[in-house]
Amino acid sequence: MLQLIDIYKCFAKGTSHETEALRGINLSILEGDFVTIIGSNGAGKSTLLNIIAGTVLPDRGKVKIDQEDLSNKAEHYRARYIGRVFQDPLMGTAPSMTIEENLALAIKRYGRGLNLGLNKQRREYFRKILAQLELGLEAMLTKKVSLLSGGQRQALTIVMATMFQPKILLLDEHTASLDPEISKKIQLITQEIITEKKLTTIMVTHNMQEALRYGNRTIMMDRGRIILDVSGKKRENITIDYLLKQFSKLRKEEYIEDELVLA
Amino acid sequence: MTWSLLLHALEQGFVFGIMALGVYLTFQVLNFPDLTVDGSFPLGAAITAKIIFAGGDPFLAIIWAIVGGILAGGLTAFFHTRLKFTNLLSGILTMTLLYSVNLRIMGRSNIPLLGKVTILNVIRTWLPQFTLDQLTPILFLLVVLLVKFLLDYFLATEIGMAIRATGDNEQMIRSLGVDTRITKIIGLCLSNGLVALSGSLFAQYSGFADVGMGIGTIVAGLASVIIGRSIVRNMGNIGWMTISVIVGSIIYRTTVMIALRYGYRLGFQPGDLKLISVILVVMALTFPLFRGRIKAIITSNGANGTEGK
Repeated sequence: MLQLIDIYKCFAKGTSHETEALRGINLSILEGDFVTIIGSNGAGKSTLLNIIAGTVLPDRGKVKIDQEDLSNKAEHYRARYIGRVFQDPLMGTAPSMTIEENLALAIKRYGRGLNLGLNKQRREYFRKILAQLELGLEAMLTKKVSLLSGGQRQALTIVMATMFQPKILLLDEHTASLDPEISKKIQLITQEIITEKKLTTIMVTHNMQEALRYGNRTIMMDRGRIILDVSGKKRENITIDYLLKQFSKLRKEEYIEDELVLA
Repeated sequence: MTWSLLLHALEQGFVFGIMALGVYLTFQVLNFPDLTVDGSFPLGAAITAKIIFAGGDPFLAIIWAIVGGILAGGLTAFFHTRLKFTNLLSGILTMTLLYSVNLRIMGRSNIPLLGKVTILNVIRTWLPQFTLDQLTPILFLLVVLLVKFLLDYFLATEIGMAIRATGDNEQMIRSLGVDTRITKIIGLCLSNGLVALSGSLFAQYSGFADVGMGIGTIVAGLASVIIGRSIVRNMGNIGWMTISVIVGSIIYRTTVMIALRYGYRLGFQPGDLKLISVILVVMALTFPLFRGRIKAIITSNGANGTEGK
């Protein structure tokens, strides 16, 4: 179980660029939950994932996984619980290393030693899991990752992020920078892996259709706060129209706020 | 070009090849421009000369030289990972302080080793049927190959792969559970250990240690890596890369030898050596660019001539 308790984060404090990225986030995610997060640019979605992964440390608040307080643990330590796929396909793999070497990097999350990273048994295993993707990657084990397309790299990243059964899988708009056809395929692969491994997942997306189609819980964020949190029956009845209305209502409020300030 | 000139170029190519492998480990693998080597090379020589001059065991001298190099690399890593200095500054600080350390170790600026017991003498006594001229290149070839294969193996281990990934995509490998501070420390220690080993062997080979002998080590190392890289095209394979570094080192030493031997005809003086080595590095760096342009002109399709890294 993942717990976020009263998380605050402000970037560039005390300067003219000061941004309050997160303003009091409280969130509990149960094992097996699949949460989708939507929100406009600057809502704090990516910062939230960065705080969970430990890439960014909060000004205040706690991050816990299964009751273990990870607030002061570094990113590499939290990696034993967390699998992560970034928006940019270039970020999840080592380009000048081969596909099999990249996969070998992902087998262990701690306790690496002086054993060879690759052996017959591991190659066999890699071939098997890559074949399931149906992208032909299993025949390219010794190819350098820099030769792969964005979609192939992202598929590889998903395999790497989930190879070591993570307690939480973080997906940060991981199909957003791919073209629509490949994006669909990658999303399909992702869903298959999540279902098969029963992964607790947080998926950030800007596609409202996806946000409602996948998962069992949807959160909407705005200016560093959670403004909508629906699951179960209530979520089934929600339409994209409803979400859009929520958005425009917010924008109007903002508009009125601005008006008041300017008046 | 005479046979003995080529032989000396080979010997030096092997000895400095060990140093170049260390530079390859930081510059290429770890993506860390480490200037410590200008200090850790003479450090290895200084420790070795001190021990051998006092009549100590030359093999022990090599071990202590390597330990010294590892500590030097560790200090640079400390500056960078703990005190958060930039990689360049960290190396410069260690390099500079090592100048004083080396003077302290030696107690003076130059120690001659003529007539002292070096590993070359010791091995000669084991194999009296060979001459020193025959033994030296073979010994150095064996050492550089041993280092090469150990390095190849290390870079294929789980830790070694994590070090490579640190230089390739630091954010990614951190998200896979690697503390990149540790991988940098290991890489820098190992690299400078190799550089100090190279310095130790060079001191025993050339028969002296001098506090100024480290100047330009980094340029020579880089030249070897870059020349090697422009020769061997298969960049993915570590085994080929390390071979290419050694070949690059031999080519560099040969070129330097020729420049020293025949350069006077072009008006060069021995003091111009460092200038020549920089010119070599610049040429090696721009070579792929030219090759691409020439290709583009030949095939006349005006494609961008620059090649990938």
